[in-house]
Amino acid sequence: MKLIVTFSRKAGKKPIIAQVVRDTGVLINVERALIDSSEGEALIDVPDESCSVVKERLAELGASVRVLEDIISLDESRCVDCGACISICPQEVFSFDEDWKLVMEGDRCVLCGRCIEICPQRALSQKGEG
Amino acid sequence: MEKTIGLIRERIRDGNARVVTAEEMPHIVDELGEEGALREVDVVTTGTFGAMCSSGAFLNFGHADPPIKMERVWLNDVEAYGGIASVDAYIGATQKSTTREARYGGAHVMEDFVSGKAVELRALSTGTDCYPRRTITTELLLENLNQAIMVNPRNGYQRYNAAANSTDRSLYTYMGMLLPNCGNITYSGSGLLNPIMNDPSFRLIGSGVPAFLCGAPGMVIGEGTQHSPASGFGTLMVTADMKEMSPDYLRAATMTGYGVTLYVGLGIPIPVLDIETVRSTAVRDEDIVVDIIDYGIPSRSRPSLRKVSYAELKSGAVELHGEEVRTSSLSSYRRAREIALTLKTWVEEGKLEPALPTRGIDTTRSALPLRETVQGPRVLDIMDRKVISIGQDEEIRTAAKKLLKGETNHLPVIEESGKLVGIVTTYDISKAVVNPGKATRVRDIMKKRVITTTPEEPVDIAVRKLEKHNISALPVIDRDDRVIGMLTAMNLGKLFGGRWLK
Repeated sequence: MKLIVTFSRKAGKKPIIAQVVRDTGVLINVERALIDSSEGEALIDVPDESCSVVKERLAELGASVRVLEDIISLDESRCVDCGACISICPQEVFSFDEDWKLVMEGDRCVLCGRCIEICPQRALSQKGEG
Repeated sequence: MEKTIGLIRERIRDGNARVVTAEEMPHIVDELGEEGALREVDVVTTGTFGAMCSSGAFLNFGHADPPIKMERVWLNDVEAYGGIASVDAYIGATQKSTTREARYGGAHVMEDFVSGKAVELRALSTGTDCYPRRTITTELLLENLNQAIMVNPRNGYQRYNAAANSTDRSLYTYMGMLLPNCGNITYSGSGLLNPIMNDPSFRLIGSGVPAFLCGAPGMVIGEGTQHSPASGFGTLMVTADMKEMSPDYLRAATMTGYGVTLYVGLGIPIPVLDIETVRSTAVRDEDIVVDIIDYGIPSRSRPSLRKVSYAELKSGAVELHGEEVRTSSLSSYRRAREIALTLKTWVEEGKLEPALPTRGIDTTRSALPLRETVQGPRVLDIMDRKVISIGQDEEIRTAAKKLLKGETNHLPVIEESGKLVGIVTTYDISKAVVNPGKATRVRDIMKKRVITTTPEEPVDIAVRKLEKHNISALPVIDRDDRVIGMLTAMNLGKLFGGRWLK
């Protein structure tokens, strides 16, 4: 399961994610992170069964946590099934089915944004930011 | 055995014709043999749906009161060519909006019209005795136009070379996003469903032949611009009435970093008259070979990385330099298939009757490059020939002195042999002064990855490098990597007022 973790760094540069790994013993995969001197945002992947314990511990350490589900949204009325998104996606989210229809495995997405940027039909967007 | 077009039409009228898509044909020939397929199949339908920049439409707006001779015309702020009579204009697919740039263009105007949306027409005129009016602004629907006739100068490329990028940064091209270090391959075209690919000798495709165009019954006008059948890259000029088109098969698109284009759906029915038609319509993706072109080279004669068939491209991955590289199609095979199937229904129902060309298409022509009589400026014309350089073991202080004395901001770093190994800028030195660390020598602070140019390189290409990398100077190197000049933003000033810009 993918979680977006945001935290403030104003109180000091605490290694929050490392702390959670040590406290919970859950191996966390950091897929994308943007951290500057005042705040940080990380996209992490955790095993489904450990999701609640990780979320709990992150919250205790002062981070806010949001579960990511189907983060990329495909406007089927715009999509023409060209496939421009297929080869540029680092996570192999997109593929064709046997009828050459574009299919998407949104849970693999790490929100790099490349497909949104290059879709010739502008059919892709980030959920909630339509 | 041979069949006449008359016989085929008769079978269609009687409801006995066998119409198949070009995708089905190879299997039918496998099963029945060539003679059997000729007896069995009457028409093969084709289809393609992809970006076709060379598209547009003639529009007639009707006369206003008082009348105006529209000299300059904009549709939703996209300029259309108004130099044809008084109320006619040609809207081209790739023309960009003056207000929304690459997000909206001629292709979007066409899609908006076909989707039933209102489009704002603005026009200017100098005014004449017969056409006194000078300006007009009005909202128009497609149904308000007398004519909206799509005439696409170059559609339906027989095949198209695939694209990759050997450089170390991403490129944004009309072939889509090309990842660095040949990280992906893009291609376009429907392969075995492509119209010309099913009749590469243009025996049955020519002027007057009916066609599916963007959902409307249309017609082949003749050869397209840049038609190059001798090298296997034939094209077609096609037309149809926009009022009968569907947004399912006419779509505006934006290729990021390139601009606006139009996705066009095109299909042509091919009457199966003889064995040669059976053979050409039985074409397979394995038989259609193109080059993978390296778009990293900014020249017309870009090198080919390897040959590849549409079968390999469509498989999703191609081996390149010993690695599996994923492919992306830019055209839609799904819609190409839908077009071939729609066309099949149209032929069966008599909506579109196959016909022979009234005028043939040249099969020997090759497209020529542009004849250039005036050479544009090259780097050697404007570069600084006085080069102040430094060795990598010199002290940073020495570099600072050289920069000051030479009144320059860039010092190429060279080996004893004169070979370029790095570059230091006033910025690098300032940084070393502000953050005094272990760095004492030029080699400690120089940038080793230097963007360079050559004396023969066109200035436009060098300027593109400066812009892309956000830098202000390029060392000019010869074949042995020796620095023979510097091209700085200052040198570009020589272009103004000089002989290059008039």
